[in-house]
Amino acid sequence: MSSFSVTEPSKRSKWVAGTLVITYALITMIPLVWILLTGFKSPADAISYPPKVVFDPTLEGYVNLFTTRTRQTQEFLDANPPQNWADDIVRQYDMVIVGPSKFGERFMNSVIIGFGSTFLSIFLGTLAAYAFSRFKVPLKDDLLFFILSTRMMPPVAVAIPIFLMFRNLGLSDTHLGMILLYTGVNISLAVWLLKGFIDEIPREYEEAALIDGYTRFQAFYKVVLPQAATGIASTAIFCLIFAWNEYAFAVLLTSATAQTAPPFIPTIIGVGGLDWPAVAAGATIFLIPVMVFTILMRKHLLRGITFGAVRK
Amino acid sequence: MSDRTVDRVAKATPVRVARKIRGLSDRAIAWIFISPTIFLLLAINIFPLIWTIQLSFTNFKANRIGREVKDVGFRNYERILTDSDTWLNMQATAHFLFWTIFFQVLIGFTLAWLLNKKFKGNDLWTTIIVLPMMLSPAVVGNFWKFLYQPQIGLFNYIVSWFSGKDPSSFEMLGSVQLAPWAIVIVDTWMWTPFVMLICLAGLRSIPDYIYEAAEVDRASKLRQFFTITIPMVLPFLMLAVLFRGIENFKMFDLVVQLTGGGPGSTTELTSINLKREAFEKWRTGYASAYAIILFVTVFGLASIYVKALNKVKQR
Amino acid sequence: MTYSKLASASAIVLAATTLSTKANAEDLTLCWAAWDPANALVELSKEFEAESGHTMNFEFVPWPNFADRMLNELNSGGKLCDLLIGDSQWIGGGAENGHYVQLNEFFDAESISMDDFAPATVYAYSTWPKGTPNYYALPAMGDANGWFYRKDWFEDPEIQAAYKEATGQDLREPESQKELLQIAQFFQGREIEGKTVYGAAIFTERGSEGITMGVTGALYPWGFKYENTPGSYDMEGAVNSPEAVEALEFYKEFYKTATPPGYTNSYMGESLDAFKSGQVAMAMNWFAFFPGLYADPSTGGDKIDFFVNPPQNQAGSTLGGQGISVVSYSDKQDAALEYIKWFAQPAVQAKWWELGGYSAHNSVLQDPGFVDSAPFAGDFLLAMNDVQDFWQEPAYAELLLAMQKRIHDYVVADQGTAQEALDLLIEDWTETFEDEGKL
Repeated sequence: MSSFSVTEPSKRSKWVAGTLVITYALITMIPLVWILLTGFKSPADAISYPPKVVFDPTLEGYVNLFTTRTRQTQEFLDANPPQNWADDIVRQYDMVIVGPSKFGERFMNSVIIGFGSTFLSIFLGTLAAYAFSRFKVPLKDDLLFFILSTRMMPPVAVAIPIFLMFRNLGLSDTHLGMILLYTGVNISLAVWLLKGFIDEIPREYEEAALIDGYTRFQAFYKVVLPQAATGIASTAIFCLIFAWNEYAFAVLLTSATAQTAPPFIPTIIGVGGLDWPAVAAGATIFLIPVMVFTILMRKHLLRGITFGAVRK
Repeated sequence: MSDRTVDRVAKATPVRVARKIRGLSDRAIAWIFISPTIFLLLAINIFPLIWTIQLSFTNFKANRIGREVKDVGFRNYERILTDSDTWLNMQATAHFLFWTIFFQVLIGFTLAWLLNKKFKGNDLWTTIIVLPMMLSPAVVGNFWKFLYQPQIGLFNYIVSWFSGKDPSSFEMLGSVQLAPWAIVIVDTWMWTPFVMLICLAGLRSIPDYIYEAAEVDRASKLRQFFTITIPMVLPFLMLAVLFRGIENFKMFDLVVQLTGGGPGSTTELTSINLKREAFEKWRTGYASAYAIILFVTVFGLASIYVKALNKVKQR
Repeated sequence: MTYSKLASASAIVLAATTLSTKANAEDLTLCWAAWDPANALVELSKEFEAESGHTMNFEFVPWPNFADRMLNELNSGGKLCDLLIGDSQWIGGGAENGHYVQLNEFFDAESISMDDFAPATVYAYSTWPKGTPNYYALPAMGDANGWFYRKDWFEDPEIQAAYKEATGQDLREPESQKELLQIAQFFQGREIEGKTVYGAAIFTERGSEGITMGVTGALYPWGFKYENTPGSYDMEGAVNSPEAVEALEFYKEFYKTATPPGYTNSYMGESLDAFKSGQVAMAMNWFAFFPGLYADPSTGGDKIDFFVNPPQNQAGSTLGGQGISVVSYSDKQDAALEYIKWFAQPAVQAKWWELGGYSAHNSVLQDPGFVDSAPFAGDFLLAMNDVQDFWQEPAYAELLLAMQKRIHDYVVADQGTAQEALDLLIEDWTETFEDEGKL
C-alpha cells in the first residue's frame, strides 16, 4: 500500500487509536490479573484493606485447594513433625493435611465430560455437516434452522424434562448423561461451523477422487477429512470451551460423581467463609487452558462465536 | 430412515462397510450421516420441549412422586401472567438486556473502529481484549463478587481512589440502586469483545475503493463515516445484537454467582426465578409453563428481529 | 478438644479389631453440610470403621448449597448418600416422598429407645407426622441459634463507663431483644483498639434460608405463631399479628442501625468472619460453631462468651440441628443401619460431645458434669427448652423460599411495610397449602 493511500490512517490517528485500545485492554485485564495474584496470597493478605498489590507470595491457596485439613492440638503437632513443605504451610494454623480435596476429582470430571462430549459432537457433526454440504437433502434449510434454533432455549427451561428423563433412565449425576447432554447442546454449533468449513473445500477434489475409483465414503475419509482438519480442530476447541465453561446444567443435574469444576469452584470454603486464595487458585488452574486455546484459536474466533455467520 | 440396509451397514465389519456403502445411493449416505444428529437433537431438545408443554398444563411436582397429577388447564399460565412478581422479573431482565446491549455496542464498536486503524500490534491487543468472553461465567462471576466487596474489594477501592468516596460507603451487590448496574458492568466487561470482533469483521469487509471514490467526491471524513461506515457495518452490528440479546435473555450463571437475584428480588432475572420455581420449590408444572412463556418470548422477539435484519441486509 | 487422646484411643481399637476381619465390608457414604461438626464426625467415625470393617466416605456440601444439592440428589433418586444428616425441615418431605427409611422396626429390634433422647430433638428431627411415634431419623446433632460476644470488650472499664453514660445502664449479657439492639447500636461505629467496629452480625442471606433463620430469632420471642391452632393452617392473625409486625420492624431496625457495612447477604460464614476478624462486638450463629469459636486462637478463650437468644414477650430460639437418616435409594441399607446403631450408643454419644458435636442423648445432656463441660453447654440446654422450628411440611422449600423473598424484600431491599410483607407471606403460604390440598 502506498503511503499516499487515502484509506491508510495517519500516523497520529494510529497512535491515538493504539493508546486508547491498549488502555482498555489493560483495564479489562485487571480482574484476571487479580485472580492470578490472589491465588498466591495468604488469606489475611487477600482480605486486607487497602487491597495489597505487593505481598509475600505463598502457595497456601494452592495447598488449600488440593487438600483437606483438620485442626489439631499442640501435643499432636509436637508429636508428629511436618512431613513436607505443604504440611509446613498448614502448620501455622495448627492444622495437618489429612487427605486430598475434591478439586482433583471435579477437575477430572470437567476433562472427561469436556473431551467426551467434544469427541462425540465432532464425530456426529462432521458427518451431518458433510451431508448438508454435499448432498441434496430435502428441507435442508428448515433442518439447518431447526438445528440452530435449539440453541435459543434457556438451559434452565430444558433442564426440567431432562432432569425427569435422566432420573427415569438412571443418568442423573453420571458422566455419560452429561456427555450426551453437552453433545446435544454443542452439536448445533458443530454442524453449522463444520458445514462452513466443508463448503470451502472445492468439490473438484472429491470428484477427481470418485473418478479414480474411490467410493463416496473413501472420498470423504481420504480427501475431505484431511482438508477440513483445521476447521475440525477449531470447531473441537469451541465445543470443548463450551462444555468446559457450562454451569447451569452442571449445577442442576450433577451433585458429586459427575460434578464439573464450575459449580464446585465457587463453593470452596475455608475455616469461616469462602477461602478466596483457594478459590482464586482453582480459578487460575481452570481458566488457563481456555486462555491458551483462545490464543491458539484467534484466527477462527469470529467464526466460532457467530456459528459461522461471520467469516473473515 | 431405518430401512434394513442401514441396519446391516451399521453392524457390518469394516471390509463389508466399504462394499455396502459403494452400493448406497448418495441419498442413503446423506440420511445415515444426518440422522444421528437429528435423533440426538430430538432426544435432547424437542422431546423435552414437548414434555415441558405437556407438564405445563398439570400441577405435577417432580419431588412428589406418589402424588396424584391433575390436569389444571391454563391455570399455571394464568397465575404467571397475572402475578405482579413476574412482571418485576421481566422488568429486571429488560433493564439488564437493554443496558448491556447499549454499552456493549457503544464500546464494542468504538474499539473495533480504533482497532481498524491498524496500528502496530493490533492483533496482539485484540487477542488480549477477547480473553474475558472465553472464560467460564460462573467462575469469573464468582470472583467479581470478591472485587465488589465493600471494604476489601478492588473495584470499590479503585472507584474510591478516583471519586474520593469511602470504599465501604457503597455496596455494589447489596444496594437496591447499584446491584442492577453491578451485573451490567460485569456482563459488559465480559461480552464487549464479542460485539467488537463482529464489528471489526464488518469494518474489514468494506472495500477500500468505496472510501477512495468518496474521497474523489470530496466527501468529508465525518460524512464518509455516516454514509459508508455505519450502513456497511449495520448488518454485522445487528447480528451481534441478536446474539447478545438471546444469550442475555437466557442469562443465568453470571448473575446467580454475583447476586443470586438479590437484594430482595432486584436482580432476579427470569431464568433465576425459573430455577427457583423448578429446582428449589419443585413446582414442576408451574415452572414448565414459565419456561414455555420464556421460550415463546425469545423466539417471537428473535423472529421479528431477524425479519428486520434481513430488510437491512437487502438495502 | 482432645484429638490426640482420641487418636491414640482409636489406634488401640484399630489394633484390636484388625484381627477380626468382617465379611462383606461396605463402602458407606455419609452426606452432611461442610462445617466444624462434620470434621468431628469424621474423627468419631474412625472408631466405627475399626469396629465394623466398613469404610466411611463423606460428602460434605457447603451450607449455602446444602439444601439445594441434597434435595436435588434425593429427588433424582440418587445413590450418592447411604446416610444423610438432613435438615430438620426436610423430614416431612423425606418421609412422604419415600426418601428416608422408616426406622421404627429397626429401633424396636435393636432396642434403641427414643425416650433416651431429649424430647424436643426427637419431636423436631425424627417424627413425621409431627409428634407421632413414626421415626425417620435418629437425633444426631442438637442445635439452635444463639449469640456470642467479645467478653474482653464487655469487661473493659472504659467501654463499660461509656455505655453507662450513653444509656444509663450496665453493660451485660442482654436480657431482652431490645437490650440486645441497644448494645449493638452502642458498639456500632465505635473505635476500639484503633479500629472501627460494628454492633452485631446477623443473618440476612437471600438464597437459601439465612434471613428466615435470623428473623425468626426475633419473631419467636415476640410471640409469632405460624397458625392460630396447630394443624389448622389458619394463618391470618397469627403470621401477621401485631407482635409479628413489631418483631419484623425490630429486625429491620437492627439490620439498618447495628450491622457492618455490606451486610446484605450474610449467613453463617460471614457471621464467623465478621467476629473472628474483630469487626463486631456480637454475632448470632448456630451453637454448632461455638466449640470452634471458643478454640479460636485470636478471638476465642478469654475473649469470648455466649448467651442464649434473649426473650422479649416470651423466651424463644430458632431451632437448627439434624437427625441422621438412611436413604431409601441406598443399596447398603444394612450397613447404614449398623452405623446408626453404633452411633446411638451412650459411649459414642459422649465422645461425640467431647469432639464438638451436640449430642441429643439424655445420658450426655443430663450428666451432672455437662453444664460445666463447656462455657456454652448451659446456654445450649436453656436454648433447647424453648426452640421453635419452621414448617416441616413436605412443601417446606416453597414455604421457605416465599418467606426468604418477602422478608428480604422488606428488610434489605426496602420494599413496602412489615405489615404488607407478612400479609403477602400469608397469601404465598395459602397458595401453597391450597396446592397441597390442605386448605
